[in-house]
Amino acid sequence: MEHHSNEPQVVVIPPDKEKIAHLWKVAGIMLVVTIFEFIVAFSMHSGVMKTSIFVGMTIIKAFYIVGEFMHLRHEVKALIWSIMVPIIFIVWMLIALVYEGTKMADINFLSF
Amino acid sequence: MSQPAATISGRSAWDGGVSPMGVSYGKLMMWFFLLSDAFTFSGLLVTYGLIRSSHPAYTGDHAKFVFSNEYWPVPEKVFEAVPFFHGVNLPLVFVGIMTFVLIMSSVTMVLAVEAGHRMDRKAVEKWMLWTILGGITFLSCQAWEWTHFIIGTEAGTTIREFVNGSWTTRVIHGAGLHENQYGPHDFADFFFFITGFHGFHVFSGVLLNFLIYYRTVTGMYDRRGSYEMVEKVGLYWHFVDLVWVFVFTFFYLV
Repeated sequence: MEHHSNEPQVVVIPPDKEKIAHLWKVAGIMLVVTIFEFIVAFSMHSGVMKTSIFVGMTIIKAFYIVGEFMHLRHEVKALIWSIMVPIIFIVWMLIALVYEGTKMADINFLSF
Repeated sequence: MSQPAATISGRSAWDGGVSPMGVSYGKLMMWFFLLSDAFTFSGLLVTYGLIRSSHPAYTGDHAKFVFSNEYWPVPEKVFEAVPFFHGVNLPLVFVGIMTFVLIMSSVTMVLAVEAGHRMDRKAVEKWMLWTILGGITFLSCQAWEWTHFIIGTEAGTTIREFVNGSWTTRVIHGAGLHENQYGPHDFADFFFFITGFHGFHVFSGVLLNFLIYYRTVTGMYDRRGSYEMVEKVGLYWHFVDLVWVFVFTFFYLV
């Protein structure tokens, strides 16, 4: 069994129950949010209110995925801001172009 | 891992040996790649918002909705089929299952990363296998969803069109890039491009996950003394899940 001497000695650290329980808790929150979205989808009439709820729920889910699963919430501030600040451009682009779209509808579909 | 930015006293931060972001080079570059990828997906989703808001919305009675190329369709009227339940109206149920599968595979991925921190090879193998299984399940569901979308419903949709100087009617089944039975042709184009681009990311993710699994099984990360690769690919896999959360909201729910 000489070749075993080349194998690295790996020390396995026992699992931290609290940490794993926290991960499952986050998973539970995401599941509850998704179920809530389903209830809203079938119990509300479409409108600004319904859309706002969906966008809000999506941001909550995005926060947990990026913050907890991708661990960004626990990184140094410089990294958090490097990732979060450029997102402003996406928000701006979304607002600008959706507004533009409604104006295009006004011009293209005057008969409606 | 959370590490404070460390500078050696008496030396300028510009002399090197400093990690201001507190993460390794590989992880930092993965973060910036994901940021650029987020811009690509935003480009697609924002354009969807632009085109959708430039089309008239369906304003009539929700229960009496019919497909027409004159207004944007209500998504839950389009995506209402589930495998083995032919003809049963189950709006958004199948896509809800797909969402659940992808979120669960993200959870198993984060458990694999956690096991990697503890150098627990057996646990990494177990959770990576679950993650790969989730990814393959999602892709299979998407293959079915695409097939159903392309073939369409039995009744199809009758459209009026102006051909050679006179109005004629024609029945369209399913969808292609040129025309579709559900609504304006842009609707199907965006479906194919957005879910297709996301599906390709999932496919790449499954390949990367398999590579990580293979290298774990062969003991590569034990020899290296670090399971950081699991973490890097984990970041990518969570991002794919994140994108789906947005696609689910903006394509299927709103």
